[in-house]
Amino acid sequence: MKKENIIGKVRRVNGPVVMGEVITSCNMLDTAQVGEEHLIGEIVKIEDAIITIQVYEDTTLIRPDDPIYGIGMPLSVELGPGLLGNIFDGIQRPLEDIQKIHQFFIKRGTQLPALDRKKKWSFAPLVKKGENVKPGTVLGTVQETKIITHRIILPSPLQGKIKDIKKGEFTVEETIARVETETGTEEISMLQKWPIRKPRPVRDRVPATAPLITGQRVIDTLFPVAKGGCCAVPGGFGTGKTLVQQQLAKWSNADIIVYIGCGERGNEMTDVLLSFPELKDPASDLPLMNRTILIANTSNMPVAAREASIYTGITIAEYYRDMGYDVAVMADSTSRWAEALRELSGRMEEMPAEEGFPPYLATRLAEFYERAGKMNTLSGQNGSVTIIGAVSPPGGDFSEPVTQHTKRFIRTFWALDRHLANERHYPAISWIDSYSEYLDTIGKWWDENIDPQWSLFRSQIMELLQKEVRLQQVIKLVGADALPDSQKFIVESCRMFKNAFLQQNAFDQIDMYSTVKRQLFMLKIIVRFYQHGAELLKRGFTLLQIKELDVYKKILRMKFNYSNDELDKYETLLQQVERMLS
Amino acid sequence: MQDGREYIGIKEIVGPLIILEKTHNIGYNEFVEVEDKNGQILSGVVLDTSKEAVVVQVFEGTMGLDIKRTKARFKNKPLMIPVTKEMTGRIFSGTGKPLDRAPYPVSREYRNVNGDPVNPTARTYPRKFIQTGVSSIDGMNTLIRGQKLPIFSGSGLVHNKLAAQITRQAQIVGERSDFAIVFVAMGVKNDVAHYFIKNFEDSGVLQNVTMFLSLASDPSIERLITPRCALTFAEFLAFNLGYHVLVIMTDMSNYCEALREISTIRGEIPGRKGYPGYLYSDLASLYERSGMLKDSKGSITQLPILTMPNDDISHPVPDLTGYITEGQIVLERDLHNRGIYPPVAGLPSLSRLMKDSIGKDLTREDHPHLASQLFASYARVKDVRALASVIGEEELTPLDHQYLKFGESFEREFLSQDEYENRSIEQTLDMGWKVLAHLPQEELNRLTEEEILKYFAG
Repeated sequence: MKKENIIGKVRRVNGPVVMGEVITSCNMLDTAQVGEEHLIGEIVKIEDAIITIQVYEDTTLIRPDDPIYGIGMPLSVELGPGLLGNIFDGIQRPLEDIQKIHQFFIKRGTQLPALDRKKKWSFAPLVKKGENVKPGTVLGTVQETKIITHRIILPSPLQGKIKDIKKGEFTVEETIARVETETGTEEISMLQKWPIRKPRPVRDRVPATAPLITGQRVIDTLFPVAKGGCCAVPGGFGTGKTLVQQQLAKWSNADIIVYIGCGERGNEMTDVLLSFPELKDPASDLPLMNRTILIANTSNMPVAAREASIYTGITIAEYYRDMGYDVAVMADSTSRWAEALRELSGRMEEMPAEEGFPPYLATRLAEFYERAGKMNTLSGQNGSVTIIGAVSPPGGDFSEPVTQHTKRFIRTFWALDRHLANERHYPAISWIDSYSEYLDTIGKWWDENIDPQWSLFRSQIMELLQKEVRLQQVIKLVGADALPDSQKFIVESCRMFKNAFLQQNAFDQIDMYSTVKRQLFMLKIIVRFYQHGAELLKRGFTLLQIKELDVYKKILRMKFNYSNDELDKYETLLQQVERMLS
Repeated sequence: MQDGREYIGIKEIVGPLIILEKTHNIGYNEFVEVEDKNGQILSGVVLDTSKEAVVVQVFEGTMGLDIKRTKARFKNKPLMIPVTKEMTGRIFSGTGKPLDRAPYPVSREYRNVNGDPVNPTARTYPRKFIQTGVSSIDGMNTLIRGQKLPIFSGSGLVHNKLAAQITRQAQIVGERSDFAIVFVAMGVKNDVAHYFIKNFEDSGVLQNVTMFLSLASDPSIERLITPRCALTFAEFLAFNLGYHVLVIMTDMSNYCEALREISTIRGEIPGRKGYPGYLYSDLASLYERSGMLKDSKGSITQLPILTMPNDDISHPVPDLTGYITEGQIVLERDLHNRGIYPPVAGLPSLSRLMKDSIGKDLTREDHPHLASQLFASYARVKDVRALASVIGEEELTPLDHQYLKFGESFEREFLSQDEYENRSIEQTLDMGWKVLAHLPQEELNRLTEEEILKYFAG
């Protein structure tokens, strides 16, 4: 590490924004440490001899003439084995280690390395002495958790020839290999650092074709998101943003989950921390914590660190992507991040744009969401980062700047509906306002991998839902009795679809997760029921007679009664529906 | 470093702010004692510091200060209050000074009123159900120990009555434990404070109640520090002495207005409705000081009360509060006007912590589905009523009529209860089933067949 020296002294303190007089030169976005307690901050503005620093900790009692230290490098995260299963704050300080020192509270000025310096990892090399290596070459592997093999990759921009490489147990700082480069011999350890605001390099972007399977029916069937895609979940308070995010963190089929609690409740992070070690990943049957990294910068933690937390999370996600994994990032909530940006901007007395947000809000959002994607990495493998960002619009009004700008950079939109949430219809994802732009490619995936008729059934149910919206408008004016039976049946079928399919109980053992095959059965059963029922009405049956059919009740309860493993029961039910006409 | 440098004479007075120039190096957020020409001592903190000027916010207001003779002593530490067990049962001002003519509390321990953020890894997830005896809360918006559950009310509604009833009746079934109440008044009228004092007295808990009062007649800026003093003391009671502390804070709207006032005077860029952009973070720094910690017996449960200006739930104060707290109890004027007490709005009220804390072995097995069913059915009632107001009740289908009956019964029997009626959770749940009996069994699709068989009386 580079040596730290005094680069300036404090001139003015206004909350988390500190201005200083420069003594020696420094770079934009370099890390700076303020005061004798070395409070960590970042240089965000340089003007003549005055630097502005945003400080990631409480600045109480910082006064003019206090020293400012610099270490001559930008704010970076530590990357290496030991990230998984851990919980960090917004600037990657390990919260569990802080608890060991300070017990209940987070005291400022705590400086602890993100990765455990004493723990030994078993390193198995994959390259030999004399081999040519370049950025992206996998030097060897470490079994980080039971399900994740950590690939140690030669960091950019090094390249050269392996002078020697070792096998055995090492700490993250010990040298595992030496590489002969043009400028001399470089010692390589398992620990790397990467600046959080700089995307990690890749070879190429590749099109995202496979869906991120979440086990949530309304998402997988109606509004899917691709692995490597971007998605926003906006909703007023109490509409279930966090619930959706947590369900995805639990059940989605990504290899790695990075969960960023950005300016949200402390208890929510605790909930994740306590429940994830207990919950089993459906694919591996091992505790979810084995694939999860938590970044917690709760609402009462320093606001500047909240701004950094999003970047800390995405950089860690990119690191695992570079190993060839599919990573999903949950950012809850990007609005709090935008507010942190607004607060810091205000303190720096910048000219505001809409609603006090700085004019560069849209640029920053774009930069963040563009770090998602399916990539051909430097190691030659494909990996992806999917971003699912929660948005908390003030008053639940989607026309505010953060929601509007976010919409420009994402391709799946799950609009949470207050009316549905009031009915306790969860997930409260509106089927009218939500959309997915990945349908073409993901439809192909379903048709090829699951059932060639998937797209057909999906479009049939969407059409029915659209019809129902219009019928509901009529009902609001003249009452349901004024409709003919055929139209009443559309309303009834949609009601069935909402209750038996869209609504999903996150706390019910059978209902909480639906495999794709089960979802398809359920979809087919309901669509076919509608089609046959409509035919029966034409043949002179009444609506009441249809509702008294045995299948009707069975469909309404199938999500609670038949589990993922009992596809034969769905098959039987489907056959029963097919026989309705006879 | 130097303790208590004193300056005589200041440069400027702007509202509650005083500005000094040519000082030595003053720390940000440093505690300041301001002495006026008559020797009265006021307290303040530094909001902005630089080599050129220091801005101090004076909590008791700046009335009577002059430029020449005012003294400012910088204490080289943040604002701190003493914490000791002996403070329990006493009455303090909004800045923590005794109002009850008893001496100033003496303690070896002084604490920074701003506190430190709780480490999420040190928390434990609140799971213990508090029985309040109020059906609309216990049955549908369950209060959990360690939760922050605000009451969203409007002017003229019965929030005080409800808060008093909750404090009177709140208990953990089958457990006796040390409890304490911290009452925080911010800009409320004297009558309101007295109403609560009288209630505490009547229910015989007054010796467990510590009060921090910044009433409507006190300077508004004082309110910014009042909840912080109170929560610092609450944290001491809960996490050092192991008490279960219930903190009642009323009225948060006044707190936010004080914050807006100071922000405007400082010329900051306003956010929505003139409130500063950091209102969310500021409120979070109060609300997040609740919960339960590992290795600590105690807990802090917060019951903030706020009046929504013009009953508007999307106003920044209730809106941002709702984003931080773990649910909300919303009072509805329509129910109130129809004589229903407590007028807890059926649909917008919510308890986020309820999901993990009710059900088998906790309350009763049928509780989760029953609550969900009541919400769903009541939502349908609202739709039917909207429809009826357009096409008239006669045109409704027979099923819709059943829903109307259910709605009436739900409001008159389930929601409605006497101010002194303390219902057990079993009574509440049975009442829920009773009102559902107005609906045909097929409509109850949130409940399982077994539950319907066991409890349904229709």
